[in-house]
Amino acid sequence: MQAEPWEGELPSRLLAAVPEGVIACLTYLGQRFVEIRPNAVLEVLAFLRDAEQFDFLTDLTAVDRAHDPGRFEIVYFLYSFAHNQRLRVKTYVSLDQEPVSVTGLFPAADWLEREVFDMFGIRFAGHPDLKRILLPDEWQGFPLRKDTSILAMDQDWVRDNLHIESGQ
Amino acid sequence: MSDSTVDPILEQEGTFLESSEMVLQMGPQHPSTHGVLRVILKLDGERVRDVECVIGYLHRGVEKIGENRTYVMFAPYVDRMDYIAAVSNGLGYCLAVESLINIEAPARAQVVRVIFAELNRISSHLLWLGTHALDLGAMTPVFYTFREREEVLKIFENYCGARLTTHAFRIGGLQYDLYDGFEEQTLTFCQSFVHRLDEYERLLTGNRIWRDRLKDIGILSASDCKRYSVTGPLLRAAGVAFDLRKAQPYSGYEHYDFDIPTRDAGDCFDRYAVRMQEMRQSVRIIEQALDRIPRGPIIAKVPKILKPPPGEVYVSIEAPKGELGYYIVSDGSDQPYRVRVRPPSFLNLQALRQMARGVLVADVVAILGTIDFVLGEVDR
Repeated sequence: MQAEPWEGELPSRLLAAVPEGVIACLTYLGQRFVEIRPNAVLEVLAFLRDAEQFDFLTDLTAVDRAHDPGRFEIVYFLYSFAHNQRLRVKTYVSLDQEPVSVTGLFPAADWLEREVFDMFGIRFAGHPDLKRILLPDEWQGFPLRKDTSILAMDQDWVRDNLHIESGQ
Repeated sequence: MSDSTVDPILEQEGTFLESSEMVLQMGPQHPSTHGVLRVILKLDGERVRDVECVIGYLHRGVEKIGENRTYVMFAPYVDRMDYIAAVSNGLGYCLAVESLINIEAPARAQVVRVIFAELNRISSHLLWLGTHALDLGAMTPVFYTFREREEVLKIFENYCGARLTTHAFRIGGLQYDLYDGFEEQTLTFCQSFVHRLDEYERLLTGNRIWRDRLKDIGILSASDCKRYSVTGPLLRAAGVAFDLRKAQPYSGYEHYDFDIPTRDAGDCFDRYAVRMQEMRQSVRIIEQALDRIPRGPIIAKVPKILKPPPGEVYVSIEAPKGELGYYIVSDGSDQPYRVRVRPPSFLNLQALRQMARGVLVADVVAILGTIDFVLGEVDR
């Protein structure tokens, strides 16, 4: 991605407030995002919410960067009613890392974090009720991981239930 | 209700009936849950102590499908999320991909898109109004609203052959040009529809039962809306004039003259009132758009094989239910690396717990109705 550095007042205030936590402030297609370290999530989001009025968590999701060492990219979509601006905050965690839950800052994160857990198997430390939300409780595996293939799931089902090899 | 009064006979005998929390399963096949939603109610008598939603019955793995289809192939799938407002789903997806490949739809396509999106807002709100009234025991409105909705669906059918999952738009513009007589048919609908809206209001707005069932029920304040990321009519009913068509205009909405209806109380009645006003505003937008459909091409030059450069984009629109967003990550191939849909219904439904604590069971039905969720979109 040809993202460009984002310079301005907000990035410099953010860097001053959380100097250790921020990796980069970037823009792409006019959309701004901030890359931070996983242990700084609460600090950065609290700063953005309270000091910069980014008080609305539009969305929260993850992307499986299968080949990167910090495998999962967790993306927080913030919106500020006061400035009518959007901002994405991203952090990267590996398979065995547990990012901290932001339900304390944004109650809306409850179901969103459950969905990320359901689809990617990322456990959020401190979530009040982390369990599957869209898939059945007994479901095995995490479908939105890149190593889960629709075709393989289909072949397994045919083998287990019809006792034949799938022709696909 | 159960805390204050003690039956005198029981008191005399000194034996109280043991009261314990009752768990009531509402759904998954309950008419008021509009689809397959299971609501677990924890009750103290008729009062709701706590609510838990069980969702996922309609999960089809839309986001995973998106990763396994090309950008063009995935477009019809998004119509199956909020199937009541398929046009909005398609519009959001097209806009997201267009911004990723840096293409803008031609002027004619943009105006037509606005007309269809607003027609779809009307048909979505009409379906909501009819079924919501039915839930509350008013049988009549559903026949009227479906009569008008039929007119909208006929326009869709004439245009693209489909009534619900229209797939009306393409990446870069439109597949079909307008049919002969489109303007007259749409204008006739708009002109009669305003009077129909007056009729609905005469039936419901001043109706004492309607008011009693909705007033001061399921209040969600503006600050709670923000805490729970609630958007759309629910947020506007709480007094926040937030509408993406005004806040971050797309498809040329900045050129139309319309208002954002808001109310203050944030209760069920205000959500009803906001949606009624929104339909009038949609008519205003459509009438302006019909006057200014420009001539010209309907689709921009789009490469046969779409390979957006590596990157990511988040684009959101004001769907009938709230903010509908698409977050698309491209790795440079012809298939999206990741498609995330930000469904308004999913987040609005989450706030049910906040709204339904302490109300009566019958009020849960009213609250569920005024959230106006579609489970195809909640579960994806």
